[in-house]
Amino acid sequence: MKMTGAQIILDGFVKEGVEVIFGILGGAVLPLYDTFPQYPQLHHILVRHEQCAAHAADGYARVTGKVGVCIATSGPGATNLVTGIANAHLDSSPMVAITGQVARPFIGKDAFQETDITGITLPITKHNYLVRDAGSLARVVREAFYLARTGRPGPVLIDVPRDVFMEQVEYHYPSKFDLPSYKPTLQGHPAQIKKAARLINEAQQPIIIAGRGVIISQAYAELKELAERAQIPVITTLLGISCFPESHVLSYGMLGMHGMASANLAVDATDLVIAIGMRFDDRATAKVSAFAPRARIIHIDIDPAEIGKNVRVDVPIVGDVKTVLKELNKQTTTTDHIEWLEQLEEWRRQHPSTDIRDSQGLLPQFVVRKIYEATAGEATIVTGVGQNQMWAAQYYWYDKPNTLISSGGLGTMGFGLPASIGVKVGRPDSTVWCIDGDGSFQMTIQELATIQQERLAIKIAIMNNGYLGMVRQWQELFYERRYVATPLSGPNYVKVADAYGIPGLRVTRKEDVVPAIEQAMAEPGPFLIDFAIEPEENVYPMVPPGASLVELMEEPKKEEAIWPQRSTP
Amino acid sequence: MATTKHTLVALVEDKPGVLNRMASLFRRRGFNIESIAVGHSEMPNMSRMTIVVDGAANMVEQLRKQLDKLVVTVKVSDITGDAMVARELALIKVKATSATRSEIMQIVDIFRANIVDVASDSVTVEATGDEDKIDSLLSLLRSFGIREISRTGRIAMTRGISSQPETGKGSSGTRARRRKVA
Repeated sequence: MKMTGAQIILDGFVKEGVEVIFGILGGAVLPLYDTFPQYPQLHHILVRHEQCAAHAADGYARVTGKVGVCIATSGPGATNLVTGIANAHLDSSPMVAITGQVARPFIGKDAFQETDITGITLPITKHNYLVRDAGSLARVVREAFYLARTGRPGPVLIDVPRDVFMEQVEYHYPSKFDLPSYKPTLQGHPAQIKKAARLINEAQQPIIIAGRGVIISQAYAELKELAERAQIPVITTLLGISCFPESHVLSYGMLGMHGMASANLAVDATDLVIAIGMRFDDRATAKVSAFAPRARIIHIDIDPAEIGKNVRVDVPIVGDVKTVLKELNKQTTTTDHIEWLEQLEEWRRQHPSTDIRDSQGLLPQFVVRKIYEATAGEATIVTGVGQNQMWAAQYYWYDKPNTLISSGGLGTMGFGLPASIGVKVGRPDSTVWCIDGDGSFQMTIQELATIQQERLAIKIAIMNNGYLGMVRQWQELFYERRYVATPLSGPNYVKVADAYGIPGLRVTRKEDVVPAIEQAMAEPGPFLIDFAIEPEENVYPMVPPGASLVELMEEPKKEEAIWPQRSTP
Repeated sequence: MATTKHTLVALVEDKPGVLNRMASLFRRRGFNIESIAVGHSEMPNMSRMTIVVDGAANMVEQLRKQLDKLVVTVKVSDITGDAMVARELALIKVKATSATRSEIMQIVDIFRANIVDVASDSVTVEATGDEDKIDSLLSLLRSFGIREISRTGRIAMTRGISSQPETGKGSSGTRARRRKVA
């Protein structure tokens, strides 16, 4: 059958199970968009900036496990995707990005809206293609989806010249293809697993540090089995949050720069780290030479290049987390670590990192906790980047799998709103809250239009402190309060929302928090709440840059804590 | 940690942009490459690359893994510790007068190199061998005045299990002694 390049791409989408595409059209991709009406099963969502097409596809991919798809035109359209692609790359999110390119005769001539997007995205994609003839397009699309979702997932970019979209060629979707060089290892090495099991069975003070790999591999049950059988406390990275129920008695929360004190102390004291689907990011390890100084380290990861990259590893296991844990669980013995767990409990009592102090002003921690209570912990939380992100990670307790969506590796301010679009589209029945900062929110504020156009019931909570808050906190603590370029004015957010046709409220008093959240939840569509929080509230605990995990700063005592630590069942 | 010279051999797909991908990775991860040589392999659509890098063992292993992760690379091995054959080709244009030409030719002969071009004021020497041999030849020729040097960088492969000891022409003499084959 003869088909155009554009038809081949859209037919490939259908065959790969794509339902939603985020994008913005332009000259070079016009022939592709013109073909959309022939494929009514594909729903295209028009965003207001290409960066947000990538973030939305990323958010969609994270909650569905499917490949997120975004489209941009050549030149500025393609370069606008770059931040979103880099974000997906660092957080291992499966994505296929299609960019238009100038027609083949114009490539390399600095033609109108030409840019070398395959060159630009070389270091931030898992792989990329410049398609030079429509005949190879079917294979490229097939390979791209396969590469994006298998092994360690990541973004794949396909750059398609305008005339290739229009070129007619004989088409059949390849049932097989040959990637001789790409064979992800799924099974862990049996000898290494045996070694790991022996270390686990012998350890006195073991901890699990679980990352996003557990979520990607959907190894929730296997992780729980490992933790429960040998009574091993579970600590997570930021992106590992919600891979293990946080109300579980063995859950000790997040580690790292703003991690729970008890988690950081446990990492320092442990004799065995079982690192699962995480990559020892510097925000998690703090000073790497002082990381887990007494411990042996087992590292389970699907990407061999992560092993030994940042920390020394005693037992490396390359493989899919779920597959490896299944094998490992067969070899671990039932034990308890009563003294060790008591020690952790003691640390938790001494360092209650998630208590909320009494305050006249509106505390962001209080707002997050109230959202937690109002949603019964069942919502999917999407965050911006900065203080808002840390408060959302610390003060909401995630019991349901994969319910915190956040930009971890790249730390992209502006991720929250567009990502929540993808999250809501991918998880329409879930309550979705976007907890954002006023700085982050203003970076992608235009996506309110997309939310309105698609009638997505996203609840937006802006933690408005009138600062680029996290940077201000650093200036306060390490730059003698010289607030250079952090004070930040903003619009009247309620009026802005109203202008986009979205209802909203501004909350300045503590007693108005709960009614506002209830009103937002009662609203069938989107809703925005502008919380005027304490302007100079800080995120604690905090490990100063360059310090080790135990050299943490805790919240200076101001008033008595009234919000008790959550009770452990 | 002590740094040593490592020889990596990579089998890669022969497609446009492959070298760019590898070079981009060296740059992005901050690896300093001494030499890189690429050419066709015994398989159609596959190239073999020899990369020489000076670094600590764990750094080179990280480089090997990162290269291996690229979709276009089929296999990357660090053959530094293996029995291997390593060669480099150099073209050297040396100043030559009628008075010095014969002396140059003698040196070239001792090194089993060839003269591939002669002009009124220069000769061009082609030499093959390991880096040490080429360096020694260069240091001897330097006194005559060197106009231009072009070196390919090392190409290398592991020895076959039953390979014969080197003999005759093209051998690099005593410097590349054959290591014991396991």
